[in-house]
Amino acid sequence: MNFHLKVWRQKDANSPGRLEDYEARNIPPDASFLEMLDIVNEDLISKGIEPIVFDHDCREGICGMCSLTINGIPHGPSTGTTCQLYMRKFEDGSTIYIEPFRAGPFPVIRDLSVNRSALDRIIQAGGFISERTGSAPDANSIPIPKTIADEAMDAAACIGCGACAAACPNSSAMLFVAAKVSHLNLLPQGKPEKDRRVLSMVEQMDKEGFGGCSNFYQCEAVCPAHIPASFIAKMNRDYLVASIKRTVGVMP
Amino acid sequence: MSASGSSSATVVSIPCLLTRWLLSSLGKKTIVAVTGSLLVLFLIGHLLGNLTIYLGQDVINTYAQKLQSMGPLLWIVRLGLLAVFLLHIIFVVLLIAENLRASATKYIAKDNMGSTLFARTMKYTGLIVLAFVVFHISHFTLGLVQPEFYHLYQTLPDGSKRHDVYNMVVRGFQNVPISIFYILALTFLTFHLSHGVASIFQTLGISNRFLRPLLERASIAFAWLLWAGYVSIPISILLGFVQLKLPA
Ligand code: HEM
Ligand code: FES
Repeated sequence: MNFHLKVWRQKDANSPGRLEDYEARNIPPDASFLEMLDIVNEDLISKGIEPIVFDHDCREGICGMCSLTINGIPHGPSTGTTCQLYMRKFEDGSTIYIEPFRAGPFPVIRDLSVNRSALDRIIQAGGFISERTGSAPDANSIPIPKTIADEAMDAAACIGCGACAAACPNSSAMLFVAAKVSHLNLLPQGKPEKDRRVLSMVEQMDKEGFGGCSNFYQCEAVCPAHIPASFIAKMNRDYLVASIKRTVGVMP
Repeated sequence: MSASGSSSATVVSIPCLLTRWLLSSLGKKTIVAVTGSLLVLFLIGHLLGNLTIYLGQDVINTYAQKLQSMGPLLWIVRLGLLAVFLLHIIFVVLLIAENLRASATKYIAKDNMGSTLFARTMKYTGLIVLAFVVFHISHFTLGLVQPEFYHLYQTLPDGSKRHDVYNMVVRGFQNVPISIFYILALTFLTFHLSHGVASIFQTLGISNRFLRPLLERASIAFAWLLWAGYVSIPISILLGFVQLKLPA
């Protein structure tokens, strides 16, 4: 297959960037999107052109390191991550726009690679859970209803790629934060710090400069881990309750 | 706070904690949702009042007279409503500013990823509603638009006179451009609410993955029901179902 690529090239965070045109030739339909870029890069290197920088790691859809906004959609037209997107999804001969994940708090490092450590700092702000140390506890010693366990597991599926913020017209990271707040807040193990966790994580999210949620739900549409935006409603609820408790002084 | 977070030695005052909450991204949105729902409640009440026009000149004029006779209470409600409306706008502006700052660089290739047009146009439909509200108050509350119809009075059997709201409204809406403007503005308000009402539940956290699709459909149905109620009045007047009542 052949494709006409329009790729964002940018030297570093402080230099202006622009779209450059490249031809991707003889791409097997079963190549992943990242493998297609590998092939294009080999060609660029052989021509003495600086290869295109992009993020990747596991290439099996679990680490959340790959990014890329393809034809305006973070992770492109498939339902998973960019590394799990195959070229057969595209029409032969079509033009493909490749831009970095865009969000104010995601500065470009180079080309298509952006710095997503803002998300790590939000996780850090979440803090610890109170847990008994010492000998290993018996399995299943804490009763957790199946529905709650499933719900927490759905939230925990977030791989922290940042596509939600990249998809959001407001650059809001709320789907990420909501998933991370919820997967602990739902479980008994996360209960003791429930209020403090949601307050600190939301405050860190604001400090990093992410926008607010206008309920567009574009995050939900692109999330490769299929986190439902109803977790944002849960975070809103937890934050509302925790804020009232803190304001009137009854926070544990 | 306990051992976990910030030191318990610092005493943080309640007003400070309140602003920290309300000026956070979620706090601002909470205010937009709470003020939005109060405005929606007002819209329901206002519609019920307006619909008394179908019960005849006496009923709507009596209703208007009752409202007017509440005196200071009416002013408290009016000022409260104005404050709620202004708070909605102020916090919307704060949110928009924050969101623009966060998303300064836009994509060259655009895709809306399934978001609805109504969600994406909230600021524009809101702005149209603002323009309409200014016009509407100048029209029927202050009587600046058609002063000739504002100073109409109904003479009661005992000889006393009262403001003739019925004929003011009928004359007002017999003006076709005004009626069309009114219907268009209400259509944009309906767009605002078809996204906004479901949004209230999401923002205040009264939703989950099963409720959300239901709330979204209910929100659209509610918004159009409100639309039907409001625009039925100018349409009934234009079609002559509701007519001027001239003194015998
Ligand atoms: C009768 C008047 C109005 C009513 C009933 C109303 C109602 C609402 C409701 C229910 C929401 C949803 C809140 C939420 O997302 O939780 C909302 C949001 C919004 N309103 Fe209004 N509104 C009115 C007037 C206005 C005006 C005058 C403006 C603009 C100047 C405006 C701009 C907005 C915007 C931009 C949002 C979305 C905020 C966001 O999601 O970021 N509204 N409105
Ligand atoms: S590279 Fe690990 S998820 Fe795509």
